[in-house]
Amino acid sequence: MASIDIAAIHKSYGIHPVLHGIDLAIKDGEFVVLVGPSGCGKSTLLRMIAGLEAVTDGEIRIDGKRVNDLAPKDRDIAMVFQSYALYPHMSVAKNMSYSLRLRKTAKETIASVVARAANKLGLDPLMERRPKALSGGQRQRVAMGRAIVREPKAFLFDEPLSNLDARLREQMRAEIKKLHKDLGATSIYVTHDQIEAMTLADRIVAMHGGIIQQVGSPLDLYDNPANLFVAGFIGSPGMNFFEGRYMLVDGKPVFAPTGGVELALEAPANLSDGSRATLGIRPEHVVLGAEGPETQMAAIDLVEPTGFGIILHLTLGPVSLNAFTLDRRFLNATGTVAVRLPANHLHFFDESGRKV
Amino acid sequence: MQNGNPDDGFTCSPQWRISTRPTAAKKHLADALAPYLYSAPALILIVTVMLVPLVLGISYAFRDIQLLNPFSGGFVGLDHFRTLSQDQNFYRALRNTLWWTGWSVLLQFVFGLILALLLDKPFFGRAIVQALVFLPWAVPSFLAGLNWAWLFNPVVGPLPHWLFAVGIMSEPNNILSDPQLAMWGPIIANVWWGIPFFAVTLLAALQAIPRDLYEAASIDGAGPVQRFISITLPFLAPTIAITVLLRTVWISNFADLIIVMTNGGPADRTQIVASYIFTQAFKRLDFGYASAIALVLLVLLITYSMLIVVLRQWLLSKD
Amino acid sequence: MTAKRIVSVLAHRLAILAYVAFALFPLYWLLKVSVTPNKLLYSEGIKMWPSRTSFEHFEFVLKHSEFPTFFKNSLIVSGSTAVIVTMLASLAGYALSRFNLRGKFWIVALMLLTQMFPLVMLVAPIFKMLSPLGLTNSLTGLVIVYTAFNVPFATFLMQSFFDGIPKDLEEAAMIDGATQFVAFRQIILPLTLPGIAATLGFVFTAAWSELLFSLMLISGNDAATFPVGLLSFVSKFSVDFGQMMAAGVMALVPACLFFLLIQRYLVQGLTAGAVKG
Repeated sequence: MASIDIAAIHKSYGIHPVLHGIDLAIKDGEFVVLVGPSGCGKSTLLRMIAGLEAVTDGEIRIDGKRVNDLAPKDRDIAMVFQSYALYPHMSVAKNMSYSLRLRKTAKETIASVVARAANKLGLDPLMERRPKALSGGQRQRVAMGRAIVREPKAFLFDEPLSNLDARLREQMRAEIKKLHKDLGATSIYVTHDQIEAMTLADRIVAMHGGIIQQVGSPLDLYDNPANLFVAGFIGSPGMNFFEGRYMLVDGKPVFAPTGGVELALEAPANLSDGSRATLGIRPEHVVLGAEGPETQMAAIDLVEPTGFGIILHLTLGPVSLNAFTLDRRFLNATGTVAVRLPANHLHFFDESGRKV
Repeated sequence: MQNGNPDDGFTCSPQWRISTRPTAAKKHLADALAPYLYSAPALILIVTVMLVPLVLGISYAFRDIQLLNPFSGGFVGLDHFRTLSQDQNFYRALRNTLWWTGWSVLLQFVFGLILALLLDKPFFGRAIVQALVFLPWAVPSFLAGLNWAWLFNPVVGPLPHWLFAVGIMSEPNNILSDPQLAMWGPIIANVWWGIPFFAVTLLAALQAIPRDLYEAASIDGAGPVQRFISITLPFLAPTIAITVLLRTVWISNFADLIIVMTNGGPADRTQIVASYIFTQAFKRLDFGYASAIALVLLVLLITYSMLIVVLRQWLLSKD
Repeated sequence: MTAKRIVSVLAHRLAILAYVAFALFPLYWLLKVSVTPNKLLYSEGIKMWPSRTSFEHFEFVLKHSEFPTFFKNSLIVSGSTAVIVTMLASLAGYALSRFNLRGKFWIVALMLLTQMFPLVMLVAPIFKMLSPLGLTNSLTGLVIVYTAFNVPFATFLMQSFFDGIPKDLEEAAMIDGATQFVAFRQIILPLTLPGIAATLGFVFTAAWSELLFSLMLISGNDAATFPVGLLSFVSKFSVDFGQMMAAGVMALVPACLFFLLIQRYLVQGLTAGAVKG
């Protein structure tokens, strides 16, 4: 196991830059998830760590040793691919043992290591099958098995679950987490699915446009998003945003959404009077049916039951707003409903999108 | 290539050590060179055995190169081209090439398209039928030529007798020795030999047409003919265009059948430019003159290809 | 409606039958004459099947002619060409498929160019080049020439097969500890076996059929390939039809065998190259 240090990494294809100076220190045994929309550079970063893409500028160290110029095979890392990349002409056993055979490991060692990995992943009855004869979930397991037999310095996962259906994905997600607990191996996991990121990560690295937006624990990112991008990306249903102006009216803080009615705020924000800002609140934090001076009336446009809870699509003046509630009384709600936006759950972002 | 140092004493423990570690500079060099190492053997061969002779051949066109004349080899400028401009045999060969190419391509295409349409429908035994009708494509061209020459031979072949029986010929003669009809011999052999090529290519294109388009058209009320015109033809058009054009170039250079069946005769009635070049080089060993004709042929073909490219651009820009 | 349908099905089957007959008749006739005894050749010239068959022509061709030598020469030339071309084309096709080659455009352009110009142009210069090297009248010379002629098309063909194999596989292998070349050999090549078989078949058939260059480069009987041998036999003994056709049947067999081998890949090959017949 090893730490991985990424310092000032740049990547460009020709004149087209993809990564603009990435710095990241991954501790030994940590599970780090790189998350972001497609094209944000997360996969490129992972492939650079693996040695599949050349580093344009900067330095990657594994276990303190610079690996920029090492071939993938000399970096002692394992990778699970989105497509699984199982060798179609080899049995499951051969797939799992390929890396050991390349290293000319003794036969008995291979047999015992592979057997142990197969046992751990429940692959015992499938060892002589070809990948073609396996289901998606089984292929996924073989890909994991192939990675763990080597006891590498680090595991890299490139969207490993995105080819599975929803149920299987949940199941495998739990298995990956369990496996990491067992092995305690340094892992870097790339996904565009924020739920996967939240559930799996020790630390999440949110990326966008080739830049790291925020690094932190899952709840950190959820409770305290550093900027608009992270706030919008993490959480489902997504955070509500209102663009507008922060003002002090008679010394009382007010947020005036563009073209809408002023919202009285329960507490002042760290913004200057009259500055443009964006206000954010998560749907589950919108209080419905409340009473009191800060209450406003919102029109109900649509009611979406998810089974677990209910999503209400509301209009507050000219702006729309989603609210999430577990209260089934709202299932048949029509007309208007009183809403309150509690101060402790409001997020303010300044004009450049940074959280204040 | 296993990249293990023999003396790093391979271990059985699952903790690997990293073996030989090339220096950064070495790795960069190897990375940069690898693609060229993979393609170098093929490229070297192509350049030495095709490109160099091509350039050499072009230079021969301006030199006096005769294999049997030890004093030849000198530079003669445009002499060969002057001779060529007076060479009636060359002009006849040019006309014959048009005739040969035009009919061969047209008939191969029409019969190939019909065959592809017939094979596009599923029916019992289609796989076997497909293998059988495509078989001529596997026959070596020299054998195809000989085979048809024998079929046209009244001594062992049935064709002259059948043609006589149905009244097309007044006597069961060999059409290959009849100056008026001789060219049809190689053309028929070529059509027989070339139908599979068109059929296979067009069949592949036909099967790439999404089936639900036909279903949608049927629901919209289109009959079989309308479906063919409004769906099949537009989808096939690009394949047809590219296949016909490339095949035209290829067939105009394809001298095997003619050399085997008639050797240009009778009275040069079946001599095409490609076979004329070969005859000049092979029979008269006049490499200089042969190369001059070849150069003219090359220029004609390039002109033809350029015209096609321009035409294609023009058609595309119209869309 | 049903009557119309029956007519159309019937017309379809008849048309198919006509095509099959047209395709097979010449080959049938070749076979028929080759098993017709000499005595019956002229008396029963155009009968569909002779009243008596014999293998005397095959026997003569095998025992008293040089066709076994021609056959062997052709096998050597076509086999070596097929193997060498497939090796070179696998390497080059892999490079075209996988690497971001600088100058890739020019390599592809060069290969396309070789498919466009008339090969007959090269007859004279190649003869002049090979003759001082002692490579005329030699099977080695033929193999070199045929290999060069077939490499471009085979490269495109192999490239299309490599393109069909996901890049993830060799990346996985490289992470598992293979060099690029080991990944190519142990992972990619085994997966391209059908492509390799198809390429072998195409090249073998092409070399087996080649006529002009073998006519030009080979003069003696020792190094003559089947086409050269058959043509010189035809011009010398132009009346021994039975023997000629028996030899023809022999030339047909390997080509047909390879045809069956590559039949499945015919479409892919032609659409990949779409250049050469």
